[in-house]
Amino acid sequence: MRRLLRGITAFIVALLVWQAIVSLSGVPRFILPGPAVVAQALWENAALIRDNAFWSAGNLAVGLGIGIILGVETALLLALSRRARWLLRPMLVAAQAVPVFALAPVITLWLGYGMPSKIVTIALVTYFPIASAMFDRLMALPAGLIDLSHLSGASRWHETLLLRLPYAVPGLLSGLRLAVVYAPLAVLIGEWVGSSQGLGHLILMSNGRGQTGLMFAALIVLACLSLCLWLAVEALSRAATGRLYGDRSSFD
Amino acid sequence: MTGPSIRISGTLFSGQTPLISGLDLMLPGERWSVLLGQSGVGKTSLLRLIAGLPCAAHLEGQITCGDGMLIAPRVTMMAQDDQLLPWASAHDNVTICSRLRGAPVQPNRAAALLAKVGLSGLQHRKPTQMSAGQRQRVALARTLYEDRAIVLLDEPFSALDAMTRQSVQDLAVNLLANRTVVLITHDPGEAIRLADAAWMITPSGSTQCDLPSSAMPRDAAATETLAAQAALLHQMRGHISGDAA
Repeated sequence: MRRLLRGITAFIVALLVWQAIVSLSGVPRFILPGPAVVAQALWENAALIRDNAFWSAGNLAVGLGIGIILGVETALLLALSRRARWLLRPMLVAAQAVPVFALAPVITLWLGYGMPSKIVTIALVTYFPIASAMFDRLMALPAGLIDLSHLSGASRWHETLLLRLPYAVPGLLSGLRLAVVYAPLAVLIGEWVGSSQGLGHLILMSNGRGQTGLMFAALIVLACLSLCLWLAVEALSRAATGRLYGDRSSFD
Repeated sequence: MTGPSIRISGTLFSGQTPLISGLDLMLPGERWSVLLGQSGVGKTSLLRLIAGLPCAAHLEGQITCGDGMLIAPRVTMMAQDDQLLPWASAHDNVTICSRLRGAPVQPNRAAALLAKVGLSGLQHRKPTQMSAGQRQRVALARTLYEDRAIVLLDEPFSALDAMTRQSVQDLAVNLLANRTVVLITHDPGEAIRLADAAWMITPSGSTQCDLPSSAMPRDAAATETLAAQAALLHQMRGHISGDAA
């Protein structure tokens, strides 16, 4: 409740500052529209913005989902198999050196202007931070727990399932936090390279037509989308940490 | 459960450098043997070698059991850090070793052991919700759940406060009866209190320590315990200055 109040206050202050800048500087509205103009654009184009936002959000959800599943699977595979580590780890490191954003035109060339190219771009961008943060944590099991596993005569499979996997949950969460920061960027890049739908497309198009109000409206919706995603990951992270490590407040 | 005797002989090396030369220890079966020495002398390496754990040092010599059987499958270990899984309840921590082996869990036995270490009713607590003493008790219950004949203790009491330490020590002595226990420590007080037999480990080998004639666990405040502790401390100082010279 307190957090909500703080958020709302910050939002209102930001609006006031924005309006003050517009009023005091006298910037023409096609350069920087005021909050009222943007709100009007948002209202008048509600259906258009909604359809494009759903399209982008759908891509984002599917792409992020694929990124998470493949990232977790890669990390587990690498942790389980020495051979997979030997073969795939250098590839993973090298692949991370390639800016995925630079691949967006290639992906669009191969997969066309529709949803698949957007989904693949988002999945690629979210895959690497998740795979690498989770893998690092899977391999960082404390020495004492490795001894425990050794003395118990555990197989690599049991050790990974019962010790490494729960230990790696914070790694997965920090990878996820990075992924949701990059994911909306991937949405934009994917749509800027070539698309006939989506918020990125809407921003580009309205900019070209001088509809600055609509451009800002789309931008704000995209920002809200990112914010919701980030809040969801934070909530998930708190819930998971509380469930895994117990509620410290009940210590007596 | 009868613990076998363990014999360690040879020279402990770190790479090409000898750490402890001329070792010849005969740790009696079903008794508490204490290896006392300064940090860094190689005590933990010895313990890891007995347990068959990966170790940077290596022994040119032998570690054998009095009954001629293998040591490694009969060993369990308790360390200074309680090594509890932070995400698992006390009950799940006690049974983790059998789950790691893929063996069936015996919940009743786990509950009985938790009761024995004085934690009945706390089986659903996570490590963060317990005190250091309670956590080390869970670690003790986990060690007991393994039911091994040889128990290696790597300073498991040293992180506890004085009062808690004594109660956990007494509990361990009580519950580990008839097993061969090897305790390593750098605390002469703990050595005198808990040893059936004790050795001081130095780079030049091992020296058996004089102990009071009373049975362990000895009263830490008794005159003869204190006298033995003082003598041991004196002996340790002698070794240190002797090594420096």
